[in-house]
Parts: sequence; structure tokens; C-alpha cells
Amino acid sequence: MRRKGTINYAKYGYIFSIPFVLVFLVFALYPTLYTAFIGFTDMKGVIPKPVHILDNPFQNFKELIFDNASFRQSLSNTFILWITNFIPQIALALLLTAWFTNQRLNIKGQGMFKVLLYMPNIITASTIAVLFSTLFAFPMGPVNSLFDALGWSDAPIQFLQQKNTARGIVSFIQFWMWYGNTMIILIAGVMGINPALFEAAAIDGASGFQTFFRVTLPSLRTIMLFTLITSMVGGLQMFDIPQLFITPAGGPDNATLTTSVFIYGQAFKGAYMYNKAAAASMIMFVIAAALAALMFYLMRDRSEGQLRKKLRAQKKAAKAAARGM
Amino acid sequence: MANSVTAAKATRGINKTIIYIVCIGLAVLSILPFWIMFVNATRSTAEIQSGLSLLPSTHLKTNWDVLTSKSFDPLKGFLNSFIISASSTALSVYFSALTAYGLVVYNWKWRQAFFTFILCVMLIPTQASAIGFYKFMYQLHLNNSFLPLILPAIAAPAMVFFMRQYLLSTLSLEIVEASRIDGSGEFATFNRIILPLMTPALATQAIFAFVASWNNLFMPLILLTDKSKYTLPIMVSLLRGDIYKTEFGSIYMGLALTALPLFVIYFLLSRYIIAGVALGGVKE
Repeated sequence: MRRKGTINYAKYGYIFSIPFVLVFLVFALYPTLYTAFIGFTDMKGVIPKPVHILDNPFQNFKELIFDNASFRQSLSNTFILWITNFIPQIALALLLTAWFTNQRLNIKGQGMFKVLLYMPNIITASTIAVLFSTLFAFPMGPVNSLFDALGWSDAPIQFLQQKNTARGIVSFIQFWMWYGNTMIILIAGVMGINPALFEAAAIDGASGFQTFFRVTLPSLRTIMLFTLITSMVGGLQMFDIPQLFITPAGGPDNATLTTSVFIYGQAFKGAYMYNKAAAASMIMFVIAAALAALMFYLMRDRSEGQLRKKLRAQKKAAKAAARGM
Repeated sequence: MANSVTAAKATRGINKTIIYIVCIGLAVLSILPFWIMFVNATRSTAEIQSGLSLLPSTHLKTNWDVLTSKSFDPLKGFLNSFIISASSTALSVYFSALTAYGLVVYNWKWRQAFFTFILCVMLIPTQASAIGFYKFMYQLHLNNSFLPLILPAIAAPAMVFFMRQYLLSTLSLEIVEASRIDGSGEFATFNRIILPLMTPALATQAIFAFVASWNNLFMPLILLTDKSKYTLPIMVSLLRGDIYKTEFGSIYMGLALTALPLFVIYFLLSRYIIAGVALGGVKE
């Protein structure tokens, strides 16, 4: 009997995971299920009242999707604000990546540029939202002063009252906060590419353009996909900037109303419609889950599969050894 | 032949000049809004209204007085934000390391399932559960308490994921075996031997956790209604209100105060932060 001397350590795996699991169950899983439940009820108002499940449980969802113009507007706004900041963001990040990783160009001061271009990402988004709204103030904000000084405008412009201008500024802020982040991730990705590929391209006489489009870009596929999906899930939650950039939040005329701002407004302002907000959250949850699933499907990496195979082989070997004893 | 080489060199020179101009332009774009913010924090409202300036003025004290004479208490906000961010960072870093260690070192039946589960919940948006979370905390009378903003940090899936990768690539199980032979308990091994070994990963993750918590607006905005509990991001939203409508100098002052700690952290730790961002993307 060999068993006697050995201690079974496996139980520590469970013990060490207990805090995580407990906190997850209480503070994440239960609230999510509770939110889903609220979505099927008539819960509203500041004063707690008995809550009933609606006769038609899906009524909140139905009303949101079919009858609520602001909710649909908030979904399309979220998408518009995301796509108009993501495309320029990834384009500029790729361009800078191409420049910074090009050995022949040998750009100096890269460290400093990275630090400065990434900087807006770390500053509180609420501060940035209010800062930009003050910079674009009417009639005498710094931007209006600048336009006046340069002779670009005859009269002060009410930037925040025009739908597309307001949207454009919000999406610019998002772009400005995130392109540095994307750039650093892409540069790290290029650093991870096997140098032999670049050497081979150089020997074959590939130009800078050719190397970038034929070698670098295809190798960056996984990382760009990762950036795309995380940016989509992040963009879906866009809250701080649209919430604080314009008062009332979401203005002018719902042009910058994102789904998160909508949810917050439903639940914590006016009629305190927790049920509608919860139903909207669940719709958002489903979209995020679908995006995440898509990412895992597209990115299921070979290493994971190999690891599993190895584990299986190990188990088999262990079993064989046990039988042999 | 020689001509074409010099021509190529010349084009590259021009290209490089353009690249430097674009990069410097982008750097200026990153700095300028914050520069204006800090400069305007020292200028009087009249000066701000009369035009743009890139040089500081002398009204710092006046702006501070106006700012603090109303409901804005930056020191209180700073303290609240600090309590929440520091405690949640400490908890998330410690417990994520513990969970990751459990995932890497021990061979238990549900290990793979648990890891897959962590991957799955990594991308769930907080807003998805916010209403239920708020109602639940309200029933427990924990709204206006910092606990709901601190305790959930114990379960940080993305951080567990990162720490697991780190342990897989750096930890040799022989260390664990050796300490077992020396009679160290499993928990003591983790605390005394493994945690110090993980310092680089802990530090990187701590910076990001701290900044994320410090910048968080959504959850505190929902949970904290008592003014004395406001965090800095909520206070920033006060600057948008009617009370400071025409006091531009003090609005900039308030903004500058909320951003200042982050600038200090960033310029002290930028090297590690940039390295950490780069690491986050390379998950292979």
C-alpha cells in the first residue's frame, strides 16, 4: 500500500478557489439572475412595493424592442459611436504600428511617443468628458476661442447642440482615448511574429508596403480579432463619456444616448422603471454573450487543444501505471 | 545606380519627416487638452472667457476657494476613492493570485471546467447585472456603503486568467515540492514563497486594478447617494451642474485635481504600464 504516505493535495485546489466562487455567486451570478427576473416583473418606483411577474412575462422586452423609440435609438447610437471610433482607431493604430516596427525607418523616441499617445487612456473618463464639454463650451470655450483666433468661424458655434457634431465629438473622445492602447497591443503583436518571416521577406526583396500587407497583417489576425471583440464589448458598455459630456445625458435629441445611459436613465431617473432597465440590461447581456461566444469560437487556439490532449494522455498513462501496480 | 540610391534615401528622409510630424502632432493632441485644463485652473474666469492661453496665471488660490466654497470637497472625494481603490486592488490581486495558484499547482477534478468557466465570465459587462446588484444591495442596506464596491473585486476573472498564464510560464513545481518536504503547509507555501515570486505580475495587475477602480463611474453613481460618500468621478459630474455654471476657473481646478493623482502615477510607472498593456494583448 503506497497510499499511506502520500497526502491528497487535490482538495487544496477546491479550497483555494472557494473565495472566488463564493464572491462570484453572491456578487455576480445572483445579481445577474435577479436582473433577469426583474425584467419579467412590474418593479418600479422608489418605494418598494410587492412585485408581480407580468401576465405576459415578455412584455417589457416586447415594449422595449417594438414600442420604445429611444431604446432602439440607443442601440443604433451605441453602434454608430462604436464603429465611427473603431475604424479610425484601428487604422491609425495600424499605421503607427507599421512605422514604429519598421527597422529601416528606425523611428527615434518611440518610448516617449508610446507614453504620450497612451496617456488619455489612463485618465478618468468622467474627467475627460467634463473637460471636453468645457473645452467646447458656448459661447467662449477654448475651442470657440481658437476657431475665432484662426478665423475659422464668424460667430461662436454651439457644438453641443448639433446632433452630428455632438456625436462626432463623443466618438472622437473614444477614439482619442483608445488608439494608443490598440497601438501598443498591435506593436506587441508584431514583436511576437517570428523574425525569420521578415528576414525571408527582406531577402525576397519585398518592399515595406508588401512586407506589411503580406507578412505583418496576416500574422496579426488573432490579435486584431481580440482587439475587435474586446472593443465591441467595451463599446457596448459606453457610459462615462456620453453620460457626462452633455447635459441632459444623451442629448441633443437623444443623439448620444447609448444603451448604458438609457439603462441608467430608466432605472435611476424619472419613474424609476427598474423592470424596463433590467430587460434592457438582459438584451445587452445577450448581445455581449453572443460576441464573446463568437470570439471564443474564432480564437479557440491550438495550444488549448494540445494541452487537453496532453492531459488526456497523462491520465491514460497514470491509469495504465495504476493497473500495472 | 548611385543616383537611385540617393533618391531612395531622400524619399525615406521625407517620409521620416512626415512620420515625425504626425507623431509629434498626435503627442500634442494628447497633451493639449490636459495642458489647457491645468493652465485654466490657474486663470480667472474672465481671463478664460477672453481667450486661449498656454501660460499659467495667478488665480490658483481664488479658484480653489470658489471650488471648495460650494458642495465640492476634493479631499473627501480623494479619500473615498482611495479607500475603495486601495482595498479592492489589494483583495483582487491577492485572491486572484490564490485562485490562479489553485488552478496551476493542484490537479483536481473540476480544474479544467473551472478555468473554462472563468474564460466564459470574463467578458460579461457589469451593466448587465447592475439593476439586480443595486436592488440586492438595497435590500441588504448596503447602498451608501463601500463594501459593494470593494468585495466583488475578490472574483476578478480576467486577473485570474492573467496570473494563471504568469504562473504557468514561471513557476516550477519543484519549489512547491521542496517547501512541502520542509514541512510548510500549503497555505503558508503560497503566502511566504509563491506570492513574493509573483511580485512582477502582482504589481502590473495592481496598477491596472487600481486605475480601473479609481476611474469607475457607473457602480458608485448607482450605489452612493450620500454626498459624504462620493468618489472623485461622481464629484466630477457635480462640476457639470448649475452650481459652477459661470465659474470656469474652478471647474478646471476641480477637473485638474481629479486628474492630478493619475498623472503622477502614470509618469512614475509609465514603463510598467505600457509593458502591462502590451502583455494584455498577447495572450498566446
